[in-house]
Amino acid sequence: MRVGVDGREVYCYTGTRAVDPARPTIVFVHGAGNDHSVFALQSRYFAHHRRNVLAVDLPGHGRSAGPPLGSVEAIADWVAGLLDAAGIGEAALVGHSLGALAALEAAARHPSRITRIALLGPAIPMAVADALLEAARVDDHVAFELIAGWSHSPARQIGGNPVPGMWMMGQTLRLMERSRPGALYSDLRACQAYANGLAAARDVRCPALLVVGARDLMAPPKAAQGLAAALAEKRVTTLPECGHAMMAEQPDAVLDALAAFL
Amino acid sequence: MTRPKTHRFDTLSLHAGARPDPATGARATPIHQSASFVFPDADHAAALFNMERAGHVYSRISNPTCAVLEERVAALEGGVGAIATASGQAALHLAIATLMGAGGHVVASRALYGGSHNLLEYTLPRFGIATTFVDPRDADAWRAAIRPETRLLFGETLGNPGLDVLDVPRVAELAHEHGLPLLVDSTFTTPWLMRPFEHGADLVFHSATKFLSGHGVVIGGVLVDAGTFDWDGVRSRGKFPTLTEPYSGFHDMVFAEESTTAAFLLRARREGLRDFGACMAPMTAWQILQGIETLPVRMQRHVENTRRIVAFLAGQPMVAAVRYPERPDHPDHALAQRLLPRGCGAVFSVDLAATREQGRRFIESLRLFSHLANVGDAKSLVIHPASTTHFRVPAQDLARAGIAEGTIRLSIGLEDPEDLIEDLSRALHAAGKA
Repeated sequence: MRVGVDGREVYCYTGTRAVDPARPTIVFVHGAGNDHSVFALQSRYFAHHRRNVLAVDLPGHGRSAGPPLGSVEAIADWVAGLLDAAGIGEAALVGHSLGALAALEAAARHPSRITRIALLGPAIPMAVADALLEAARVDDHVAFELIAGWSHSPARQIGGNPVPGMWMMGQTLRLMERSRPGALYSDLRACQAYANGLAAARDVRCPALLVVGARDLMAPPKAAQGLAAALAEKRVTTLPECGHAMMAEQPDAVLDALAAFL
Repeated sequence: MTRPKTHRFDTLSLHAGARPDPATGARATPIHQSASFVFPDADHAAALFNMERAGHVYSRISNPTCAVLEERVAALEGGVGAIATASGQAALHLAIATLMGAGGHVVASRALYGGSHNLLEYTLPRFGIATTFVDPRDADAWRAAIRPETRLLFGETLGNPGLDVLDVPRVAELAHEHGLPLLVDSTFTTPWLMRPFEHGADLVFHSATKFLSGHGVVIGGVLVDAGTFDWDGVRSRGKFPTLTEPYSGFHDMVFAEESTTAAFLLRARREGLRDFGACMAPMTAWQILQGIETLPVRMQRHVENTRRIVAFLAGQPMVAAVRYPERPDHPDHALAQRLLPRGCGAVFSVDLAATREQGRRFIESLRLFSHLANVGDAKSLVIHPASTTHFRVPAQDLARAGIAEGTIRLSIGLEDPEDLIEDLSRALHAAGKA
């Protein structure tokens, strides 16, 4: 589905289902340098289980036009604008990494629109290694390689993809190689610069789910502890032996956590 | 600068895709000799069928042992994934059938394995898919052969049997200028000698019967997707409706939207394997996995032995020509040095300055070399292409493919090279007396 937000065309994967205003809606927001396809299995499940699904390509990513939004706050407001554009009053948000920060901020800024937030691989603060930021700044392929290496648990770097025949490391690299020049840097800077996380968490009034990968190097489990403590109504699911790329590494466990929460 | 730490080729050859069996602790990949896989509950079953959950349903579509092989080859090639097929021919057919239907057109190198030539020249036209064959060295010919309905460019990394080296970067660039993908048959080189995706190819397939399995005990193929081609890009838009338009055979799924990087593999598995059914048996996948574990050490020895044999044969009076790209007189010598720095494989051909009877005596006098229709075995092999693998190819096309009446194709194995040289020396002597 394509809608216009702030005058720019936005692509949303809907699981090949038309949006039905009578059904509850879930918006999926991807992380840095990614697109909607990182949620392929989970978003398709909900689209075929009585939900509207809008798995977005953020501006400047995938099939969506425009420059990247550049800050977590801007993405949060953009999500509200997306709901307006799609004619949806309220929605649950599922965000991964940068998308998790955006979901948190959106719930704090737009409490009447956001019913629940599921934060996958969250961290407050979400520190970005200098080497990664610098490589992304100059659009060096090393940035993609560092993320691929740091996003997967040691076991999944060897293999054992739950999706038959797919090489997870290759998919992670290829998806980021498709990102437009500067998009990853903009996203990483947004993660690095986001300073309102704990304040936003204290303002959130809707239920929150945190899904944490026990082997996550990009968003280490301890970096989610303060966030969890600041949220009023929360549930924390820790996935053992799982890295940051949790929707790929443990798609069923992520789906089960989401299905139990949403 | 901080550098990423990822596993290297030889390590991936042994480990990629596999892990100790969580149920038993078995270190070797188990042979999952099961047609079907039990669903925990009805909702899980429906989710598996509808691609909402990952897993196995039925071994025609996917199988855990085959999946390890697919993941391993994808890792070694640097792709996003792979599909194991019943044979290399099945992999080629699956690639073509996924990208086009009746009305489609392929531009292919004319230096092809005879079986591939048959499929393209005689069989696919019955289904409305035409092929134009071109001299693989002639970039203008590739370009001139591309039509509005062309959907694929295809060649072999090393042509069979003359070892024409495909200029993968150049042909890939040409393909991409026209919004088309390049498929290469990488059977003769394996990812140890060349990783075509690094040179711009978009799809790779192997007859895994050959060097990947390495022991001449199975028939199998693997089709690998680089995940780089943009099926809905500015130049390719409208050419690949199988990937960019709703597919009524799977709930109107648009594969390019479902998966940004693996649309081709999704369609190939969900339609091609499902409907054509040319899947690999798990026992076959397991045997190929055993072969790939030693691929790096075997390929190194294959190449070392081949260099010794090539040098020997080049000095024999009865040998009129040796076609091996490492030799300075091979037309693709410079290209081979650039694309194949580790070596040019273990298959090559020689032209004997001999009568047909002398050629026959030569082959029949060999004791270690096995006279059969295969390459890439641990044991050395020999064949006369004009009367066997390429016997259906017209004479003028044979000549264009670099095959003469006296051409002999050899596949050098892992025996002691001195024993192989003695065998060849004896056979040449016998032929000389015929």
